[in-house]
Amino acid sequence: MKIFFTLFSRELKAFFYSPIAYVVLFYFLLLAGVNFWFQIQIVNGYPVELTMVEVIFRDVQFWFPFILSFPLITMRVYSEEYRMGTLETLTTAPVKDFQIILAKFCAVIFFYCVLWAPSFLSFATFQYFTGHTAANAAGAYYATFLLLFLMGLFFCSVGLLASALTQDQIIAATISFSIILLCVFIPFLPMVMNITSPAIRDIFAYFSPTQHMEDFSKGIIDSRPIVWYVSMTALMTFLTLQVFQFRKWKA
Amino acid sequence: MIKVENLTKRYAGVTAINNLNFEVEKGEIVGFLGPNGAGKSTTMRILTSYLPASSGRATIAGFDVFEQSVEARKRLGYLPENTPLYMDMRVNEYLRYRANLKGVPGRKLKQSVGDVLELCSLRDVEHKLIGALSKGYRQRVGLADALVHDPDLLILDEPTIGLDPNQIRQVRELIKNLGGKRTVLISTHILPEVEIMCSRVIVIHKGKIRASDTAENLLKNQRTAGSMRLEAKVGSDNAVADLQRIPGVKDVTEEQDGDYSVFQLRLEANADPSEEVMRLASNRNWAVREITRRRPTLEDVFVELTHSDS
Repeated sequence: MKIFFTLFSRELKAFFYSPIAYVVLFYFLLLAGVNFWFQIQIVNGYPVELTMVEVIFRDVQFWFPFILSFPLITMRVYSEEYRMGTLETLTTAPVKDFQIILAKFCAVIFFYCVLWAPSFLSFATFQYFTGHTAANAAGAYYATFLLLFLMGLFFCSVGLLASALTQDQIIAATISFSIILLCVFIPFLPMVMNITSPAIRDIFAYFSPTQHMEDFSKGIIDSRPIVWYVSMTALMTFLTLQVFQFRKWKA
Repeated sequence: MIKVENLTKRYAGVTAINNLNFEVEKGEIVGFLGPNGAGKSTTMRILTSYLPASSGRATIAGFDVFEQSVEARKRLGYLPENTPLYMDMRVNEYLRYRANLKGVPGRKLKQSVGDVLELCSLRDVEHKLIGALSKGYRQRVGLADALVHDPDLLILDEPTIGLDPNQIRQVRELIKNLGGKRTVLISTHILPEVEIMCSRVIVIHKGKIRASDTAENLLKNQRTAGSMRLEAKVGSDNAVADLQRIPGVKDVTEEQDGDYSVFQLRLEANADPSEEVMRLASNRNWAVREITRRRPTLEDVFVELTHSDS
């Protein structure tokens, strides 16, 4: 456990010692703020039946920076260790590989949570100034942020896997960006291809992050996406461990 | 301390090390010698459990490096080639992190880090970013890292590469002082270093052990007896051919230095053809300016043992 915390804190420091963290934090906050302001204008100007939480998290202005944030926060985690050769000092210390994987994963998730923390404030401010609630009920907040957390688990683990595959950060970012983009957009396929079969539409909807967000932002906590994201995270992390141990595969 | 049995490592068809067998006793400082690509780093990486062996086994203090890898790793300090470090950390911060990682208990942490900072003369840079340090300092930070948990065994992969002569001397002194208490396996291709520091030398070439002995014994028993240098005015004689005919001479090279020719004679085992050379020179009336016999050095042993065709 002590080793885990040592690794975890080193990993967090690595985040906050690098300028990437601040650039990502700054622009993420900026975009989230602009998005928030934008949506308020829309809700003010047009008759909508949706709550603030719903408009915000269902808009492309949310999805775009959201998807982009994962490659940026995960790309250096393994690639940098490979490139600098510090993998050798790290793995020859009396540390088990899964401790390294877990510490890195937790540090990334922690940073991801830091990234989202300020947006809580946006809603609180909104409520304070307007006297209106931004969601249907408190549950809608919890559900939305629960889903954000779950998607964060999955997409961060995808980013980490991509980073573990290569020593080049750009390649890692490209791989994870493509995979996450596909995860978000593939579920639109039946719509684009005009497939009307409800069975196929249902299957795609089951995997669709945008569909999940639609439900969760209304306050509907569906157990199926929870299972999906958690199990996919476990799978990605398991694969990351295997890739991380690649050099130990017997020739 | 180290026991290596039939260790073999193949990378995608290339055999990096082939059926290696050696032992290192407690307290020894062993020099691991070999040309680039001989398999030194590979062997060290297997010993530190960074890479798995294809076959054979290695133990450190009785712990199998593959099966009981964490136990084995607790007992060794490793300085990899090129000293990888986290450039974004400060020296003392990095050493504290490494000490924690290596299981130094909290109450001894400050003491341990302080000790290695002193030992490696890093006190004056302890608050600096590692990325801002010169190569020599980084090398010492790497060494301090290897030492911070007070390991029984040190494995150092080319610890003096890239250092200036003063720094090399410091590092050598440091390593020499570690002997006795700790076991050290050190790889290098700087030969005087080995003669100064090591109690024993293992020469490895193309993945195989060519020799394992003290530097003295290697010199005594080696096959090339050294070389001879002759400077003379030889006129139009074909001196190279004449010299080559002398028994005991392996080959001869010639260089011009004004009117004089400078001949380098590589000699065979325990041969001393100085009399024949003198006789030849006086028969031909060569004006001899210098004739010297050079005793074999570890360098000759190294060349002999690792000459590709031998």
